[in-house]
Amino acid sequence: MTDQPLTDAEQDDLRCLAGMIIPASTKYDVPGADDPIIYADIVSSLGHEGGSVRTALATLRSLADGPFAGLDQSRRTEVAAKLRADGGVPLGVLTRIVILCYYRDERVMLSLGLEPRAPFPKGHVVEQGDWSLLDAVRVRKPFWRRP
Amino acid sequence: MNEKVDVLIIGSGASGAAVAWSLAETKMRILCLEQGEWMKQSDYPSNGRDYEARVFSDYATSPNIRKRPSDYPINDDNSPIKVVNFNAVGGSTVMYTAHYPRLHPSDFRVRTLDGVADDWPIDYATLEPFFAENDRMTGVSGLAGDPAYPSHEPPMPPLPLGKTGAKIGKTMNQLGWHWWPSDSAIATTEYDGRAPCINLGHCTPACAQGAKASTDITYWPHAIRAGVELRTNCRVRQILTGPDGMATGVVYYDVNGTEQFQPAEVVIMACNGVGTPRLLLNSTSARFPNGLANSSGLLGKNLMFHPWAHVSGYVDEPMDGHRGPPLCLWSQEFYETDPNRGFVRGFNFQFNRTMGIGTEAMNAEANGLLPWGEAHHDTFRAMVGHRMSVGICTEDLPEEHNRVTLDPVLKDRHGIPAPRIDYTISENTNRMLDFAIERGREILAAANARQVHSVRPVVYGGWHLLGTARMGNDPERSVVNSWGRSHDVKNLFIVDGSIFVTSGGVNPTCTIQALALYIADAMKQRLATLFD
Repeated sequence: MTDQPLTDAEQDDLRCLAGMIIPASTKYDVPGADDPIIYADIVSSLGHEGGSVRTALATLRSLADGPFAGLDQSRRTEVAAKLRADGGVPLGVLTRIVILCYYRDERVMLSLGLEPRAPFPKGHVVEQGDWSLLDAVRVRKPFWRRP
Repeated sequence: MNEKVDVLIIGSGASGAAVAWSLAETKMRILCLEQGEWMKQSDYPSNGRDYEARVFSDYATSPNIRKRPSDYPINDDNSPIKVVNFNAVGGSTVMYTAHYPRLHPSDFRVRTLDGVADDWPIDYATLEPFFAENDRMTGVSGLAGDPAYPSHEPPMPPLPLGKTGAKIGKTMNQLGWHWWPSDSAIATTEYDGRAPCINLGHCTPACAQGAKASTDITYWPHAIRAGVELRTNCRVRQILTGPDGMATGVVYYDVNGTEQFQPAEVVIMACNGVGTPRLLLNSTSARFPNGLANSSGLLGKNLMFHPWAHVSGYVDEPMDGHRGPPLCLWSQEFYETDPNRGFVRGFNFQFNRTMGIGTEAMNAEANGLLPWGEAHHDTFRAMVGHRMSVGICTEDLPEEHNRVTLDPVLKDRHGIPAPRIDYTISENTNRMLDFAIERGREILAAANARQVHSVRPVVYGGWHLLGTARMGNDPERSVVNSWGRSHDVKNLFIVDGSIFVTSGGVNPTCTIQALALYIADAMKQRLATLFD
């Protein structure tokens, strides 16, 4: 598979699959991975791995005997389960891109109590922790092996 | 025609930088050729929201995925462990986690103690002053008093324990097993112009804060101020030799792709355990038809990786998650040989904090722990920030069939034959992995972790490239002598991880750099008789 842009049919299938992997949740008030902003991020993030994603989508289409997005809900669930079992490395690439784009979305990060920002320059705080725990090891005699 | 230099160093990474800095005081004319370029901290992934995704593109650990112009391809299809590296000023110290243990005294006497492999021609005591000098130049954080090691005092205080370290410490105390804050090449205070760590949590693919000790910001500024020239974007194709069998210089491609000859009195290889044998095997001539410095036939053989495994699970207590350097603690409880375990030698537990939220979700998915559909949310939210991880670094013994050769087809962008890796994990190491994973599971059970799972081996875990130009006193059984000089070519030295005789069971960078300083010192002591 080449790194050519996805066709409309491939995009329909990818968006549908992304929404099945991570659907929207009213419980947590978060969008699904098929949300327009997240999905646009997914498509623009395929980069040099577009070929692998297209391979996974071709497998999906083959399992579906046609357009995956056009199937009814129960058949989609059945086909997606088969894909998950047999999709191999190309599916791993697809799910990784979906997941990484999803979990950098501002709405999703905020819902998890995280600041939607790059690590640098603000960094993070890590507490020192209880160093007295090390007392149990400090009393141990040296045990490195002397040649 | 380039002017002749006294010393030509090939490679500017961990060892090349150290040897350049140490030799600079001789006031010899020293030149380093580096195939990569200077990196900019402002370009590093943790400056952006896409920092996790860049680990799969321009900051991938594998050169075969990353494909920067500075990279060369590696055929590692015939190896369960893939080579990972970085090619730039600073080499793979730009892209490492900065775990910085020393080899132990017993690692230098494997044949004597355990009847396998070979002893080194030097010992821990020989390297001890150079470990200390390297700790000072690198800026190491840690805590004196570890009963697993001879006494030493890192120049900076250790990284914080945090929630993760405290949980692991409690668990290890419950088991009565050793643990200690890791020596880390990460500044915890202002140090030599470097800012202290601010817990970005994304150390491996380069540190935007500059707290992690990569040699572009440790040794190189000092070496350059002392007069060493560092020429970037220069890829060496071949070392040439004269009628007397001595190296005369190197042929390289400059930044414009133009072929150049650089004459030199002394050539020092610092290209790592894959790059060094590759270049020497490519340096054939009528006098050296099997590659330079290969009269023993051992050049490229005895490749050692340190096969890695991970055991992870999820605990009730909140952990540090993505906050803080991944590095935290080590355990040397099972480092030394115990014949009752069914294998010789041992391993090091490396306890890490965990990763960014996207990477955590991705790994949970890859391990089959995350459902698709509505249940994804509940499941992942119970996991995030609760993972406890045990890394396992096993000693890899030298075996000649594990090797670097030249690929007959694959070439880099300059047409230079690429390296090919043939490697299998030994039976001894497999038994060690079995044992270590079981102990890792015991740790997680003691921590009341759920969803415990393991990965073995870590496929993209070939960080440590060792043993392919081993040192020794016998020219028939080694490539360089006890102070890094080629047995065959008396003005050719090797200072990188390829000269390791055995691998130990810990990350090697600290020992690689101490070795480079030791060899530089040996050269300085012998300047008048260097080629005798």
